[in-house]
Amino acid sequence: MRLRLRYEKLGKVRFLSHRDVARVLERAVRRAGLPVAYSEGFSPHARLHFGLALSVGHESLAEYLDVDLVPSAPRPAVHEIPDLLSGCLPEGLTATAAVDLVPGTASLQESVTSSTWEFRVAGVPLAPLAAAADELLAADELPVDLTRKGKQVREDLRPLLLDLSTEATSDGVLLLVELGTKPRSVRPAEFLAVLGARCPSPGPEAAACAAARVLRTHQWITHDGVRREPIELAAPSPHAVERAS
Amino acid sequence: MTVHEGPSGAATIWDRLEPLLPRVQRPARYIGGEDGSGTPDWTQRVPGGPVAWLLSYPDTYEIGLPNQGLQILRELLNERPDAVAERAYAPWVDLEAELRAAGLPLFSVESHRPAAAFDLLAFNLSAELTYTNLLNMIDLAGVPVRSAERSAAHPLVVVGGHCTYNPEPVADFVDLVVLGDGEEVVGEITEVVRAWKAGGRDRREDVLRALCTVPGVYVPSAYEVTYEAERLVAVTPRWPEAPELVEKRTIADLAEWPYPREQLVPLTEVVHDRLNVEVFRGCTRGCRFCQAGMITRPVRERPADQVRTMVQEGLRRTGYDEVALTSLSTADFSGIAEVVGGLVDGNGQGDACGQVSVSLPSLRVDAFGVGIAAELQKGRRTGLTFAPEAGTWRMRQVINKLIREEDLYGAVEAAYSQGWRRVKLYFLTGLPTETDEDTLGIAELARNCVELGRTHQRSPSVTVSVGGFVPKPFTPFQWFGQNTVVELQRKIHLLREDVKRHRGVQMKWHDPRATLAEGLLSRGDRRLGPVVEEVWRRGGTFQEWSECFRLDLWEEAMAAHGLSVDWYVHRHRAEDEVLPWAHLSAGLHQDFLWQDWQDALAEVGLPDCRWTPCYDCGACTGYGIEHIVASATPPAGGSQGTGQVLPGAVPVELGRRTETVAS
Repeated sequence: MRLRLRYEKLGKVRFLSHRDVARVLERAVRRAGLPVAYSEGFSPHARLHFGLALSVGHESLAEYLDVDLVPSAPRPAVHEIPDLLSGCLPEGLTATAAVDLVPGTASLQESVTSSTWEFRVAGVPLAPLAAAADELLAADELPVDLTRKGKQVREDLRPLLLDLSTEATSDGVLLLVELGTKPRSVRPAEFLAVLGARCPSPGPEAAACAAARVLRTHQWITHDGVRREPIELAAPSPHAVERAS
Repeated sequence: MTVHEGPSGAATIWDRLEPLLPRVQRPARYIGGEDGSGTPDWTQRVPGGPVAWLLSYPDTYEIGLPNQGLQILRELLNERPDAVAERAYAPWVDLEAELRAAGLPLFSVESHRPAAAFDLLAFNLSAELTYTNLLNMIDLAGVPVRSAERSAAHPLVVVGGHCTYNPEPVADFVDLVVLGDGEEVVGEITEVVRAWKAGGRDRREDVLRALCTVPGVYVPSAYEVTYEAERLVAVTPRWPEAPELVEKRTIADLAEWPYPREQLVPLTEVVHDRLNVEVFRGCTRGCRFCQAGMITRPVRERPADQVRTMVQEGLRRTGYDEVALTSLSTADFSGIAEVVGGLVDGNGQGDACGQVSVSLPSLRVDAFGVGIAAELQKGRRTGLTFAPEAGTWRMRQVINKLIREEDLYGAVEAAYSQGWRRVKLYFLTGLPTETDEDTLGIAELARNCVELGRTHQRSPSVTVSVGGFVPKPFTPFQWFGQNTVVELQRKIHLLREDVKRHRGVQMKWHDPRATLAEGLLSRGDRRLGPVVEEVWRRGGTFQEWSECFRLDLWEEAMAAHGLSVDWYVHRHRAEDEVLPWAHLSAGLHQDFLWQDWQDALAEVGLPDCRWTPCYDCGACTGYGIEHIVASATPPAGGSQGTGQVLPGAVPVELGRRTETVAS
């Protein structure tokens, strides 16, 4: 019996690490009275399955968590769970949706293929960033040098840059970016560094990019050319419509 | 940029702090938001405004947040209609640099108000090596570090906690010191400060004089210190309000103080990250090295049913899956069997706390203690810790920790046979009268424990943890000259060489240089004030952290002020010497302590007075209070560790005999 939850992480709690959020959620699930299942063995732990990590300092409208429940135990109705859980969470962490998963549903780690991000870059004009963005989209490859297990490796970020647009805001620039997660997640900071490097130098843009306010708005599962969210609320499945009618 | 004006007119600095946080390590420790916290109501209608306390811990959030004393006081103050309390911790060096560069002050973690917006900056002093952080936090608050330079507009700086039984090294920097339990006295201080504020917050001396009359409050500036050559000869009141002897405060009955009611649950990881329920305060085992055991007497147990309620409600409210039953020696709690039985049976009572582990932070060294641990730790059994403290029976008689070798071996055997794989043993070295035979006895005990383990486990391991002994005020060892760094290093080397030759024994030790600095402050007088200040000014903060500790700063500051480390640390004191804390009292009679010191030198042990007639240490009789125990029978095994065998009932009267604390 697996439950999937969506939650937001906004405001001061954006400074919590992924590990911190995991611990907060584990306590909240217990306090909310969900009959969470425990692993067997010498040191049993609650069976919570987290999705993609969100770096310290970033906000999100779309974080996900799967929770295994004891199959036979009494439990609240699924539509009651978001409010129940939010009542046990600190300000800024809010559960916004819950669904029961069909047995055999792939895990979040396996199935999520991309995220959409809002990057708010303050105090800079649109033009240089828009030009840099065009340059990124026009490039055949975007090599980045990384140190992995002590070795220098070169990777191409271009296949993971799925979409990118820019618009001016009252105090800077808003970037809307979709970044892939397979074979690995591109961290927003990595992308912003690549973007900053294409901006005029010297200039305020690179530093402003590094200090951008980051918000994840969506996670996506793209499968056989169809893109959907890990919890779909807007379009209920035909199955559910059938039953409701 | 917007700056929100708080209801009291004090601006929160959050908007200016927030941009700094992405640049520092672990920013979660600066955001507050813990379950159970929340910003108190600053709009209370009190003439002059509510009395605002900033309860502070002079170390990082991770170390300071779990401090139960500050959590208790936070709740008590916020329950009052005339007070508000928020919390602050020492920012790590990276944020400190950012704050100073941005011109921002120390702040509270609840509403992120500047520290100077509070009426009292209150610090818990639990470790001497945090003193430089105390100065740093006062300075970061924008308050002059020396109390003499503060005006009526500045907050009052208050300190409490175990170190304040000798606050003289920080006397120049604090306005008032609280001795003993804080539950009652914070209210009395609030009332004095409220009246001062309502009266126009005039001269600082007026409020300090008034505070001198509150029992348990010591105002250092109200006392004159006289020296003759290098000797301290007298500490005398300068004002009529100041008592000649300041007595500690003691709450008579823990049952009346079921606090914290809402233990804070941090959003980021801290030490002791679990529910903590205090089962008793005080200890009468009489271990002579242990300051906590001496200054917190008498024993005041919480009723067993209240412990159970606090555990069950606490788990439900917090969502923790671990609870610690805290005290100085929890297996001695007379209600332990009842509580443990209730907790174990109570699991799965329809609440959501089915998978709860219970820990006892201090385990008694015998099979009974291990039996309790076995009952509580059904799941993972990795390591158990015992504290025999010394390697030979002779040495343990000197320190009055009367654990027989059979007790230790019984405990260790029980641990290995019941599935634990690692045993950790705590020892002190540098104890009075210690010989190399005593020191090497530590290695022998460890070796024998490994051998016992081999009959049950393939590769049993024993970790020996050795700390250098620091004599503390208000203990029988307060007259003892601490071992030098060279001597402690020699003893550690001796042990290491011996331990190396045996498989299965690991050894860890505390840096003897840090032990020296701790010893300097532990029994220092006011002449160390400029030394503490100089170490702080030269960047010596976070001295509890080995990566930050700088003995050279301490030694250079001592030399610069013409003071001898040797005289302060390594010198034995004489009976007639005026000790720097002679004008303060933890309730213990001076002649009791001196007699106990003589008994120590004569290798004579002293039984636990919970189970034997009173020998008048002063802690009960002086204040008209009593030991309060939860159960009429001592825990199984009697008062193990005091050399007493006590079958049957406890020969003490139960419950309260007298009404209140004499005050």
